[in-house]
Amino acid sequence: MSGLKEIIQEKISREPFAGNGVLKDFSEKGMELFREQGIPTVKHEEWKYTRIAAVLNSDFNYAANTSSVTKADVDAVRLPGHETANELVFINGIYHAEFSNIRSSSDALELLPLSEAVKGEYKKLVESNLGHSAGYHPDGINALSNAFAYDGLFIEVKKNKVPEHPLYCYYINDARSSSVLSQPRTLIHVGVNAQVVLVEEEITLGSSDSFINRVSELVVEENANVQLYKIQNEDVHSSCVKTTHVRQVGKSKVHSVTLTLNGGMIRNNLNFILEAPGCESHMYGLYCVKGTTHVDNHTIVDNVKPHCFSNELYKGIIDEQATGVFNGKIFVRKDAQKTNAYQSNKNVLLSENASVNTKPQLEIFADDVKCSHGCTIGRLDEESMFYLRARGIGEQEARALLLHAFAAEILNQIECKPIREYADKIISERLGFEL
Amino acid sequence: MLSIKNLQARIEEKEILKGINLDIKPGEVHAIMGPNGSGKSTLASVLAGRSSYEVTGGEVEFMGKDLLELSPEDRAREGLFLAFQYPIEIPGVSTTNFIKTAVNETRKYRGEEPLDAVQFLKIMKEKMKLVEIDQTLLSRSLNEGFSGGEKKRNEIFQMAMLEPHLSILDETDSGLDIDALRIVAEGVNKLRDGKRSFLVITHYQRLLDYIVPDFVHVLYKGKIVRSGTKELALELEEKGYDFIKEELGERVDA
Amino acid sequence: MSEMLNTLEQTALSDYKYGWVTQIEADEAPPGLSEDIVRFISAKKKEPEWMLEWRLKAFRQWQKMEVPRWPNVTYPDVDFQSIKYYSAPKQKKTINSLDEVDPELRATFEKLGISLDEQKRLSGVAVDAVIDSVSIATTFKEQLAEQGIIFCSMSEAIQEHPELIRKWLGSVVPATDNFYAALNSAVFSDGSFCYIPKGVKCPMELSTYFRINAAGTGQFERTLIVAEEGSYVSYLEGCTAPMRDENQLHAAVVEIVALDHAEVKYSTVQNWYPGDKEGKGGIFNFVTKRGICAGIHSKISWTQVETGSAVTWKYPSVILKGDYSVGEFYSVAVTNNHQQADTGTKMMHIGKNTRSRIVSKGISAGVSQNSYRGLVQVAKNAANARNFSQCDSLLLGDQCGAHTFPYIEVKNNTAQVEHEATTSKIGEDQIFYCNQRGLDTETAVALIINGFAKEVMNQLPMEFAVEAQKLLAISLEGSVG
Repeated sequence: MSGLKEIIQEKISREPFAGNGVLKDFSEKGMELFREQGIPTVKHEEWKYTRIAAVLNSDFNYAANTSSVTKADVDAVRLPGHETANELVFINGIYHAEFSNIRSSSDALELLPLSEAVKGEYKKLVESNLGHSAGYHPDGINALSNAFAYDGLFIEVKKNKVPEHPLYCYYINDARSSSVLSQPRTLIHVGVNAQVVLVEEEITLGSSDSFINRVSELVVEENANVQLYKIQNEDVHSSCVKTTHVRQVGKSKVHSVTLTLNGGMIRNNLNFILEAPGCESHMYGLYCVKGTTHVDNHTIVDNVKPHCFSNELYKGIIDEQATGVFNGKIFVRKDAQKTNAYQSNKNVLLSENASVNTKPQLEIFADDVKCSHGCTIGRLDEESMFYLRARGIGEQEARALLLHAFAAEILNQIECKPIREYADKIISERLGFEL
Repeated sequence: MLSIKNLQARIEEKEILKGINLDIKPGEVHAIMGPNGSGKSTLASVLAGRSSYEVTGGEVEFMGKDLLELSPEDRAREGLFLAFQYPIEIPGVSTTNFIKTAVNETRKYRGEEPLDAVQFLKIMKEKMKLVEIDQTLLSRSLNEGFSGGEKKRNEIFQMAMLEPHLSILDETDSGLDIDALRIVAEGVNKLRDGKRSFLVITHYQRLLDYIVPDFVHVLYKGKIVRSGTKELALELEEKGYDFIKEELGERVDA
Repeated sequence: MSEMLNTLEQTALSDYKYGWVTQIEADEAPPGLSEDIVRFISAKKKEPEWMLEWRLKAFRQWQKMEVPRWPNVTYPDVDFQSIKYYSAPKQKKTINSLDEVDPELRATFEKLGISLDEQKRLSGVAVDAVIDSVSIATTFKEQLAEQGIIFCSMSEAIQEHPELIRKWLGSVVPATDNFYAALNSAVFSDGSFCYIPKGVKCPMELSTYFRINAAGTGQFERTLIVAEEGSYVSYLEGCTAPMRDENQLHAAVVEIVALDHAEVKYSTVQNWYPGDKEGKGGIFNFVTKRGICAGIHSKISWTQVETGSAVTWKYPSVILKGDYSVGEFYSVAVTNNHQQADTGTKMMHIGKNTRSRIVSKGISAGVSQNSYRGLVQVAKNAANARNFSQCDSLLLGDQCGAHTFPYIEVKNNTAQVEHEATTSKIGEDQIFYCNQRGLDTETAVALIINGFAKEVMNQLPMEFAVEAQKLLAISLEGSVG
């Protein structure tokens, strides 16, 4: 089986979207748009620097039901602090309850297949939020996820509840026997006054190619507080497009940190739609890449309502033949007066073959705003290097010290302690820095 | 020179000034003291015509004119100067150019010929000595990157250049170390000529050691609750603002 | 604040003061574009065969190209078949001296404040006046020729200096570079040519003044500046157009070549008719401007003050090919009422130790849209490239938009690239502070805007700086809130 269109055809014939009308329509619309748009090429402004078609052209098996993942496989990839976390395990894009550990009580946290959620008390919520990201990414990749949304998971963090256990999501791709394309899909609703910590990691087993096209949509209500942490540390055969789309529909606070260390072609879309006055959003990212890894962070902050605050800082350390892409968009709509939006992107290139493309973008339609963006690209500060060496610190150590300091600004933004320590450990190892 | 009768003002829905009465005659120095939030800076802003404050009652006469009828720039041109508590930065506009524009706009209003560059520079040099301000500061963008002390000195320098009848100093002492304070106060004192009047707004008595006032008023909850001579300031310094509250029969939290 | 708004609204709206039409008989081509028209233009200009071939090649390519849609502007499609591609003011066959220039034309330029009379000339500025795409007169030719400087109309250059034109025309902006450049290459009717020989520092500012006059015409001029080794020239460009209800197309191409140690400074005050308050009429300004620092230690500097045109689409660029070459871009772009501007620059670092600097100041008012679009590219072998970009936007009023699209592509780790951008409005507290010092609101706003734009204004030659400052104030009168 080769070619994505064929894969989809196969999927349809295998499993017709029986039963639910809403999801069926939604999937069909996604499929139609995918047929129309196809895989975006570099002519598409949003994919100018990321040749996604190149990785999607290999033979992929849509292997949802053919995995041989065992509990031992899952045990091997658990993150520090998992003993006290809710663990959600997705295998080849599909949620597997039997591997998952839900420690919070069901009056705080509820998990439902999307196909169930769309029928019951969450019907309206699902209908009005599922696929909201398509408005910001009207491309074939997002459409493809919509086409497979049928397999998705709905997560409800109940209002006034603070699940004491963070949510660890493992997206495991089993590429031991063949290449695999998976499309995990989640819709997460964080209720009024609720609070939640989400940690997400992709893991590919085996060394065949894997591709994850993941869309997570979040709806955050009044006075809710959300922390989102992503760790991307896969091997070079694993590529992905991950879209995290956050609607802050009530005055709320969302804090996001994305770490990228290894992988093939990585595209992260992170959107914050600030739909209530007084929303606060913090977006941090660190991409510390080498080899041939290509990492592309596209972020959007859409200020729809006034008096919102957003701050964004993405830092890159790019070594060997790796490529970093940063595209940050800030939109300030006409009524979003008194918006404060800041964005900064800083890059250090460590090797002569490393490259970076950055496009910080402001689109402003309101006048009473304070917005700024900045970006820098360069080498490590030679003055600082010299200063350290003059104090007797060797060149390698000095370099590691400075790079770690550069990275620490982002690492310190991880409030979840076991994850912060874990992140610091793997970043320090990468940089040759001894903690 | 300035006569305030029952002045009331609010910002948005909040009443701040609740009936101020004050008379300032030529040559007099008045000090207004009061705890934070008593309405001191509001009074300064209302007199200068800041539009975010709404005057809800009372009258203000300045140099024989109805002050409240005048636009902010015409108040300035009539000779009312406000030294800002937080002077504003204007990037790209040199301080010299700014002051020259201000001086000539005021001269135009008064029917006088504008100063040419030579005349202006001559006056500027004289006044620079007065407040010990440096030439390089004046060629930089207005207040941009100035230290707190430099900003305040720049305010006093502008005051010297514009030669106002009445100068309102809005907490000019805040954030200044003792040397900067002395320089600023000396600058003000050199401008005292028996005709010009000053309204010194301050939280602390300290400034009044240097700028000795003829009258001291205590502003509290939007009203002048006591007036006296400079001894009142010392009394306040010694006893703190609580004694005013006690006098007014308010409970004072320890 | 509302008081401030009122004051400003009451300020008399100053109208576009260059909006008259001169009644001059014109020698025109019928509307429409075809190979025949291209041949017609070439024949009118008695061009050699190679020039016609060059135009036809461009035309055939143009036919295959599509109108670019990527700029952040919207406007009705241009009907390329309704435009007249050639309109020359009728005058006596050849002009031997300036005295023979049609008095109507001379009056036109007098009105613009551009004197063609060398006795009453602008001090030390040589002028090439182009009206409806045809060069009318070039002043100071003889004095310049003494130093070997060639400053003449493009038509004349094609006749008199074919070797130079064949060598350099299209060498920076190829005839088929983009849609509008191809169109220009096919139909350009005139423009200015400037050649500075080795080691010569041009003793005066050279200037081209463009004027669209006739109705229904497009203006397609072509400018080529070649600065030989060690030479220097400062070049000024100004432009105006009558007020007409229709949109008129201006699609120019400017090419600059700077060889070893040469320096070219190109300044533009763009004041094409922007359309009326409701957005009716105005010039569509789709221009390709590009320079190449071909030699070592060469320098090209673009300075532009953009206040006119209904729609502007323009990215003066520098290809930094020579080692140690320097590119600069200083821009103030003002949009008011319904104007739209998508403008910026490209700095392409190819040589080693190249440096570039971008300072862009956008001011939007009314219901206008103002975009900065810039590209900084550091090629793999461009060791030690340096770029600094500063893009600031100032918003006046809550109906306008300011957009920033900087593209930064770095493929060399010894590069140092810095980009900063801010968006803000004029602060109420800034205005009040000025008021308190006796400045009325209008003066205060003018002062603040000039402060905002100062870094760019300082780059303009004296003669232009004063005009540009006035223009800035006029463009924004009555629009500030």
